[in-house]
Amino acid sequence: MWMTEVPPFIFLFFGALLAAITRGKLRGGLMLAITMISALNLWGMTDGVYLQFAFLDYQLIPYRVDKLSLVFGYIFHLAAFIGIIYALHLRDTVQQVAAMLYAGSGLGAVFAGDLITLFVFWELLAFTSVFLIWARRTRRAYVAGIRYLIVQVLSGVILLVGCLFYVSEHNTIAFNYIGLEGVAGWLILIAFGIKCAFPFAHNWLTDAYPEATVTGTVFLSAFTTKVAVYALARGYPGTELLIYVGVAMACFPIFFAVIENDLRRVLAYSLLNQVGFMVVGIGIGTALAVNGAVAHAFNDVIFKGLLFMSMGAVLHMTGRINGSDLGGLYKTMPKTTVLCIIGAASISAFPLFSGFVSKSMVMSAALTEGYGWIWLMLLFASAGVFHHAGIKIPYFAFFAHDSGIKAADPPTNMLLAMTISATLCIAIGVYPQMLYALLPFEVDYYPYDMTHVLAQTQLLFFSALAFVWLNKKGLYPPELRSTHLDFDWFYRRFFPEVLKKSFTIIWQVDARLRLMVRRKLTAHLSYLGAKETQLSNLGSQGYPLGNMVMWVAVVLAIYLLLSIF
Amino acid sequence: MNQHKKGLFDSPKNVQRVLYFLYAGCFILFAVDFLVHRHISYYWENVWAFYPIYGFVSCVVLVIIASWMRPFLIRDESYYNDEGLDGEANEKALEKTEQGPAASKGDSHVDD
Repeated sequence: MWMTEVPPFIFLFFGALLAAITRGKLRGGLMLAITMISALNLWGMTDGVYLQFAFLDYQLIPYRVDKLSLVFGYIFHLAAFIGIIYALHLRDTVQQVAAMLYAGSGLGAVFAGDLITLFVFWELLAFTSVFLIWARRTRRAYVAGIRYLIVQVLSGVILLVGCLFYVSEHNTIAFNYIGLEGVAGWLILIAFGIKCAFPFAHNWLTDAYPEATVTGTVFLSAFTTKVAVYALARGYPGTELLIYVGVAMACFPIFFAVIENDLRRVLAYSLLNQVGFMVVGIGIGTALAVNGAVAHAFNDVIFKGLLFMSMGAVLHMTGRINGSDLGGLYKTMPKTTVLCIIGAASISAFPLFSGFVSKSMVMSAALTEGYGWIWLMLLFASAGVFHHAGIKIPYFAFFAHDSGIKAADPPTNMLLAMTISATLCIAIGVYPQMLYALLPFEVDYYPYDMTHVLAQTQLLFFSALAFVWLNKKGLYPPELRSTHLDFDWFYRRFFPEVLKKSFTIIWQVDARLRLMVRRKLTAHLSYLGAKETQLSNLGSQGYPLGNMVMWVAVVLAIYLLLSIF
Repeated sequence: MNQHKKGLFDSPKNVQRVLYFLYAGCFILFAVDFLVHRHISYYWENVWAFYPIYGFVSCVVLVIIASWMRPFLIRDESYYNDEGLDGEANEKALEKTEQGPAASKGDSHVDD
């Protein structure tokens, strides 16, 4: 087997093994080196199947490369590389090994050429990533991790059942366009949808990500949802349903993000919002739209990673992450402030930042395909994301009132990781052709025309104006120490309560029934007993039980004697 | 780290400067709308100053709806802490069992 034929996940799994047996600086160095070797190995791969073998009656294809999987392969390597640098100061074997395995599983999933391999990595993503949540080692994190695992495994099980249906319907397990025909299509879409955090299946993300460790969340934000976006882009491009699901995803989380206090949870909601844009792009399904979705996924990994890193730095240095506790940190954490603002500008899609060059592709595609209302909703979501991720995050963490917290900029490795991300945000924004060359379809798209730039800048400036106005008027909802209910209330509170209540009722009814039956039985027995006393004069009354026992003993004794002689 | 260090935005003058910069930016962008001929692909874009108005209004609507939602959704910070697996109650039970077997036998138990 040639070196180039080794699938990338093998490298990263090997890296995890090395991370498990080494310590300190050597471990950090090895992890970075392995990721770099794997990336170089992947660089410039051409389309084709590089590894396949027969399993029972089916062809398993663990390593298939085409332009769509390649671009996700690149960004996953980049995310792993940046994440490892960000976590270099860490001395926690569990987290570092889990991070390598998790990144490897993500890579395994995007290069899977068949549904069985996809399923295997789908589940591995869940089982490896949950350790990044548990590594926080708090009770909250533990319980959130359990809930996360349940949802993720459920998604995997549905995917497996979908695969079985798919095999019986199509007689192949190759992972290509699936579409919504048949039971298999729907089941697999549901499985992808859960991992993609579709509305009503989104709470695993907003629940678990903010409970993970500082460095864990950075990894988590990069892989799981993007694997799902990749899977949708391959299996369901042009499925109209996805447009409406995506636009709902882009819009509803911003309302929650505005009132949420935990700033990493705000970012989790804005992650949903960004994935919404990608899902819309996939739903539209034209070359421009899918390119836009993929490009936005690429950029999102970088800028959302940057934002999670900056909030992680705040949590790491101050031990707090609630907007109500923070503020005024620009004085003591100036570098983090600047880097966070770059991330905020990118996610808000300011011209010359990375978000602009990819989000505008999806928006343009919506317009050219005649989805005017969808476009309007996306425009609303764009203004909203600027509001909560672009302004709220930096404002409440670094400005607002002075919280008087003593802090300093984070360790050098954290700053370095953030600087790399920030540089990429600007580089892609200024020179988007670099990113466009990697996209799956040949598209001639130029984001920097006068109309686009002016429209976007106007939108953003007046959104900022609205923020200022609302703040001055005192209409802006203050940051409060609180829990805000979301759909997860139904399975964390409502159903358990309902079950508890209904079981109480069931037990009560059960007890009453038993009592009633027992009374009836006693009545019957005493009736029979009364009858029996009349009859028993003939039989047993003169021969009490003791008599019988004695006779049994006598028989047994004789038996014993006989067996001895 | 000097906690009492005067920051750039501790003086209201500087904050005001930033705001003036924002107002000026808004005004210029608003004015440019009249000078630049943009190509229209959706009929709403013909509306006078469509993007500035849309940006402003949608943010205000967003915040107003979110504030309206809040009273329905807001709960105490420890809302999910007091029940089930999360539970303080469970944690207390756990602590009790950790104190030894006597503690886990219940309050009415009498050792004879």
